[in-house]
Amino acid sequence: MSQEESDISLIIAQIVQKLKGSNLYAQLERQAWASLQRPEIKLESLKEDIKEFFKISGLFPLPSHPAAPPEHLKEPLVYMRKAQGSWEKRILKSLNSMCTELSIPLARKRPVGEQKELLNKWNEMGTDEPDLSLFRPVYAPKDFLEVLINLRNPNYENGDSLSFRTHLGLIQVPLKVKDIPELKECFIELGLNTGQLGIDDSTQVPPELFENEHVRIGQKVLAEQDSAAAQQYVRQGSPTALRAELWALILNISSQPEDILYYEQLKTNVIQHDLLVDSLIYKDVKLTASNDDYYFVFEDYLYQVLLCFSRDTSVLSHFAYNSASPPKSYIRGKLGLEEYAVFYPPNGKSNVIASSIAPLCFLYHEPSKLYQIFREMYVRFFFRLHSISSHPSGIVSLCLLFETLLQTYLPQLFYHLREIGAQPLRISFKWMVRAFSGYLATDQLLLLWDRILGYNSLEILAVLAAAVFAFRAVNLMEVTSLAAAEAVLADLSTLKVMPLLQIFLFATVT
Amino acid sequence: MAGKVKWVTDIEKSVLINNFEKRGWVQVTENEDWNFYWMSVQTIRNVFSVETGYRLSDDQIVNHFPNHYELTRKDLMVKNIKRYRKELEKEGSPLAEKDENGKYLYLDFVPVTYMLPADYNLFVEEFRKSPSSTWIMKPCGKAQGKGIFLINKLSQIKKWSRDSKTSSFVSQSTKEAYVISLYINNPLLIGGRKFDLRLYVLVSTYRPLRCYMYKLGFCRFCTVKYTPSTSELDNMFVHLTNVAIQKHGDDYNHIHGGKWTVSNLRLYLESTRGKEVTSKLFDEIHWIIVQSLKAVAPVMNNDKHCFECYGYDIIIDDKLKPWLIEVNASPSLTSSTANDRILKYNLINDTLNIAVPNGEIPDCKWNKSPPKEVLGNYEILYDEELAQGDGADRELRSRSGQALGPKAGRSRDSGRTVLTTWK
Repeated sequence: MSQEESDISLIIAQIVQKLKGSNLYAQLERQAWASLQRPEIKLESLKEDIKEFFKISGLFPLPSHPAAPPEHLKEPLVYMRKAQGSWEKRILKSLNSMCTELSIPLARKRPVGEQKELLNKWNEMGTDEPDLSLFRPVYAPKDFLEVLINLRNPNYENGDSLSFRTHLGLIQVPLKVKDIPELKECFIELGLNTGQLGIDDSTQVPPELFENEHVRIGQKVLAEQDSAAAQQYVRQGSPTALRAELWALILNISSQPEDILYYEQLKTNVIQHDLLVDSLIYKDVKLTASNDDYYFVFEDYLYQVLLCFSRDTSVLSHFAYNSASPPKSYIRGKLGLEEYAVFYPPNGKSNVIASSIAPLCFLYHEPSKLYQIFREMYVRFFFRLHSISSHPSGIVSLCLLFETLLQTYLPQLFYHLREIGAQPLRISFKWMVRAFSGYLATDQLLLLWDRILGYNSLEILAVLAAAVFAFRAVNLMEVTSLAAAEAVLADLSTLKVMPLLQIFLFATVT
Repeated sequence: MAGKVKWVTDIEKSVLINNFEKRGWVQVTENEDWNFYWMSVQTIRNVFSVETGYRLSDDQIVNHFPNHYELTRKDLMVKNIKRYRKELEKEGSPLAEKDENGKYLYLDFVPVTYMLPADYNLFVEEFRKSPSSTWIMKPCGKAQGKGIFLINKLSQIKKWSRDSKTSSFVSQSTKEAYVISLYINNPLLIGGRKFDLRLYVLVSTYRPLRCYMYKLGFCRFCTVKYTPSTSELDNMFVHLTNVAIQKHGDDYNHIHGGKWTVSNLRLYLESTRGKEVTSKLFDEIHWIIVQSLKAVAPVMNNDKHCFECYGYDIIIDDKLKPWLIEVNASPSLTSSTANDRILKYNLINDTLNIAVPNGEIPDCKWNKSPPKEVLGNYEILYDEELAQGDGADRELRSRSGQALGPKAGRSRDSGRTVLTTWK
């Protein structure tokens, strides 16, 4: 065998190995057993017949990974990797010192009495009020922003002279971001000539013009269980009644018995072991989601999902392509045994993550399904908002995209805000890092997240942030301080996101 | 002579007063010449009472109908609805159709209710049919959840049985009169919590019936998880959604006050249950409101000086069936949160725009047909005149302000449910 061929067979072997542990494999196996009943499968040509059957039935394997050194998969740029590394060290140090101060172990096994108690109030954790005053948050969001602002590429010489190319914003790394013409191409389905939910389904528009047909197509997509078509479909928005199923289809989530079992297993882990970070999670959720107008009802679900999430070792596998490497810990006495590993949500800030679970509670009320959807959304999209990387959907790129859009297309506004000490990113950072959750009305947020799924990118968050500034530009031009600017942009709950995006991308003179 | 409207009120609430002031109206006292009086229910009793009452002149408007209690007292509401149903049944109306178990198909929207002590024996008979049921006792004349308790044993209401031996017309003092209703122990839960709906309905006239529904109703959540367990029957934080009760709970949150908007509820239900059942639910809610108003319309004193804004309390059970719990004549104007204040301010604002056209000195002889531009967040729920104008065959459920315009069919939720024609 030539070198190339042996490389390929190595890759294939790796893929097969990876697949064997997956849900998909279990499904395939089950289907294969079931297919033995079918008349077209004959014993003599068993292998071929089953293969043929799979082809027709549409169960396709996952795409393959490129052959690249593992660090490159995480993050190709060295300086970014270094920055993420030192950020993590800071967090870990903070966590450890908190443990020492409070003499609480990072992880411990719960005594049986406590386990029973927790099991009993599993559905009501929101009503508990332990003393959390000694726990301080591991870091504040503005700390993270400061780290991003201080990122520098050591190979890049900016030059001292100001030119029209000087970037006036806070982010000073030379990543490539799209401009409006490129965004228009990318988000072509948001154009003025294409029907959108969020615009063309308002009460003044007769439903025959767009909405009815769109719903019909959506139902067809679901009937065919076509994941790729679903992804294309939601670019124009998803009808509320179909959204839960469409998202599950796009994220390849189906509630098989093993998924429910997996969730129950995680729940058992939570009951049995107590983690320091549990209290941090508790405090964070209490502070944020329970004060929210819409999400307070789901407070208990948030605890359940987050507590399980921090014990979910399958999430660890996504760190292969996440620039972050989370601090891992092992249950006392079980050092090195993977089943007893627990990790802390990267950057330790769980309220930010809690806010991305809450809107999902509007779609899924079955705990294991809610958990799966959230986990998949996290490992596909939201993790990029919490780690330092050069990925176009990473938070650094989003910040840069936002600032560039503002500086290029609203230079007067940008300059004015900068002059009064109100750098726009300082206001919009919190929106983007939470994917606007908690700032927009729920129905608008869901329309926005439709597009995140549809375009498989978070760039739309930066575009929306810029569009919001554009929308309130007149008022913003009048303010004379950061506080006043914050006040103008404090309440986004009345905004309609699709018209804003459409106008900004397609109807502004560039 | 276009003078300024002179207003009086005996309810010192900023949401009211700010609205009067912003219109440039002039505050006067009760004894002077006033045009607009926003009064409490006690005061309306005096204005229209036989002894102390006085005639209102053409340029005076008040915010209650004289005998609103036909709708807003729990026992009278039930009595009127029962009477209405019987009448429809007698005339053979299709609305009064019953199913094989004898339950009304379209008019079964009030939980089985009895007056105590008058109907005590009837109640006992019903109770014995399903002895494991829970019932809720409510004093007829109180509000804010006061005096309400749950029972699941006859012994708990023994004292109402004393005077029931005679079935004669013995008028009990209103203080003791209670209604007992079958408790809805399978409410729809969200996040494991029970909630109810508060909807505002403005009635400008009963004959012909013209009523408007405020689009921005809200849901009130209990702070504690719901359990039908009998051990928690005494825990009012589980069972009663009144804010007056919930705000004393440990977990009451003053920022959002345990409330959701109705549009949030709609989004949640559409996302988790589907569009058809959600639309059907909301159609049914509108239906039961209109039916309750039709039930009292014949006995209501349709005084032309009056309009009224009711607070309807509705509970949805886990089969997505709405139940009318009660109607409040004086919905609370206290605001528990900032959002609440804004909502109530806008509610009063839109109400005044409809009841006092153009903000000018009113004339009771006007036809009470405001132009659609002033509706604000109200939408026409039912307009009897328009309905009759279209003939009995047309199924008219116009919910948008443009009742008969080119977009009449556009109303999002009409036409989907199989409903009999409206008279």
